Amino acid sequence: MKSHQRYTAEEKNVVQGYSEMFLDVKNRGEGAFIPFTVAGDPDFETSLKIVQQYVDSGADALEIGFPFSDPVADGPSVQAADIRSLNSGMTTERCFEFIDRIRKFTSIPIGILVYYNLIYKIGLEEFYRKARKSGINGILAADLPPEESNDAVYMAKKYKINQIFMVAQTTSNQRINEVVKRCSGFLYVVAVMGVTGARSDIKKSTVDLIKRVKNHTKLPLVVGFGISKPEHVSDVIKSGADGAIVASAIIDIITDKLDDMDVAKDEIGSFCRELKHSTK
Amino acid sequence: MITEGKFGKYGGIFVPELIIPALEELEGAFLRYKDDEKFTKELEFYLREFAGRPTSLYFAKNLSKKFGCKIYLKREDMLHTGAHKINNTLGQGLLAKYMGKKRLMAETGAGQHGIATAVVGAMLSIPTEVYMGIEDVERQKLNVFRMELSGSHVIPVETGSKTLKDAINEAFRDWITNVETTHYLIGSTMGPHPYPIMVKHFQSVIGNEARKQILEKEGKLPDAVIACVGGGSNAMGVFSGFIEDKDVELIGVEGGGDGIETERTGATLCKGTEGILHGSLSFVLQDDNGQISEAHSVSAGLDYPGVGPEHAHLKITGRANYVAVTNQEALRGFELLSKYEGIIPALESAHAVAYAEKYSKVIENSEKTIIINLSGRGDKDMFLVAKEMGVEV
Ligand SMILES: Cc1ncc(COP(=O)(O)O)c(C=O)c1O
Repeated sequence: MKSHQRYTAEEKNVVQGYSEMFLDVKNRGEGAFIPFTVAGDPDFETSLKIVQQYVDSGADALEIGFPFSDPVADGPSVQAADIRSLNSGMTTERCFEFIDRIRKFTSIPIGILVYYNLIYKIGLEEFYRKARKSGINGILAADLPPEESNDAVYMAKKYKINQIFMVAQTTSNQRINEVVKRCSGFLYVVAVMGVTGARSDIKKSTVDLIKRVKNHTKLPLVVGFGISKPEHVSDVIKSGADGAIVASAIIDIITDKLDDMDVAKDEIGSFCRELKHSTK
Repeated sequence: MITEGKFGKYGGIFVPELIIPALEELEGAFLRYKDDEKFTKELEFYLREFAGRPTSLYFAKNLSKKFGCKIYLKREDMLHTGAHKINNTLGQGLLAKYMGKKRLMAETGAGQHGIATAVVGAMLSIPTEVYMGIEDVERQKLNVFRMELSGSHVIPVETGSKTLKDAINEAFRDWITNVETTHYLIGSTMGPHPYPIMVKHFQSVIGNEARKQILEKEGKLPDAVIACVGGGSNAMGVFSGFIEDKDVELIGVEGGGDGIETERTGATLCKGTEGILHGSLSFVLQDDNGQISEAHSVSAGLDYPGVGPEHAHLKITGRANYVAVTNQEALRGFELLSKYEGIIPALESAHAVAYAEKYSKVIENSEKTIIINLSGRGDKDMFLVAKEMGVEV
């Protein structure tokens, strides 16, 4: 069905690429601040307002989760957000509509975080085609390691989308080399041994990992999992990361203020401004 | 990874990056020790002295008369802790010990795998924790108590469907966090490579024994082998003895729940579609968007929306057939075996008995021989069955 509202961001030529964004940020002497939320948490329209707030409060790029029933790489905060979103009626199709709507107010890079079954069920070609059409820059499938990613990497190339992969403390140097061969846009560096969720401090091991990975690639490094305070953001940026993804700590604000989303939005705004400030 | 771990296109390692190195380590250890003389001797010792192998292949004369063909029961119900699960937990527990792991962690549905892990943890002196959906904790209180008596810590899971699927999610999260010290002892032929081949290897003792025993007793191979399928380990174990014998029909029986035409079913291979859950590509119960559905079966061990990838392969290649029987039919199987043979089966195994009755009506040939894998005993199901029958105990 053709709708007059639908346009591809590409046609309007408004989408900023990751390399452009990371270069801009670097030239300003900053790191990239990339807030995460689950599309449709707690519902489609509120979620859109939250994303708008991210953009207004200094986000350099966005990371949007597509909700999944069994998110094994995520902790309780994100899982609860997934469930709220699914209960509000989100589907993969609606998630693409959600990205379309975001593209109406911003051109900053948008990455999505999915579980591979969501892609597999719709069909890879269909998924990547739709992703391209709605102006998505990068796709990270949390349960898709390089070994299983031939088809996805092929489609990503075909539809000019960055396929993003993770590395962690357990990833050997040899493996990092394999991962970076397939990865584009940025490399996701997992800060902690564990699932997503707010943590109290950044460990030395995270700093060591950033330094180790830097020896193997020129890709921008973005650190995520457990980054929950302004100090964490400045710590990882100082250690050489190009950006930081903050997820659970923001989602916890949504969870706490479910019955007063206006207050939540304000709180999210000031928290995001603080986080952005600490990338400088 | 040394091998790809695929069965046709099914299987694989669809897991977060953090646990890939652990899978590599596990694969390496498994390949190194599985034929190692010291390891196999020690495992054989425990299987014999601790678990009670070999189990008999029992000719069920009364049921044979009733069904009109020869019925043999592979008596996994006679094993220590009451089910086939201990074959696998002894194998993996010992492997974890050889690998120097400091902690065992497992998921459980019915509690049978949890208990089998708990007693092995106690016997090998490795601290053990078991995730169990809160709904299963309620359904299987006695098994929770048994695990705790064996020194294990049971962690109730309150997320999602609150059953096996979510216990597995939590176990994966735990493993992601504690991967360096912990062995995740998966209870069935599911999950990422190398689990499906490893669990099959440790369960293949069922099929190896059964093949030898039927040749001794009948002088020929059986016409059919019937086993219930949850994640698929007891079925894979018994099938593995006959898989090369093309004339032996292999039949897997799924938990049909209220019926496969209803929403309340656990019949993944009969009703599901291809998808990725818990680390491998196989069949899953899911909606059009790829969101995983909740499964339903009267037996907790068959109440799972996924199934091991090798079964998907056996289904697609036609080497095995998969069918479903309903809760009601399974309860009838349960009563039949108890009444005619004095053997009270696990509700899971009762599904295989129920299908054997249907199957025998179709073949109508008294010379045909069927092996039913009696994967476990019914002690754990007493309260549930009594309630279903309207009896107060
Ligand atoms: C007695 C018994 N049979 C069968 C099963 C199903 O598992 P699988 O398909 O792996 O044999 C279970 C699971 O708990 C069980 O306890």
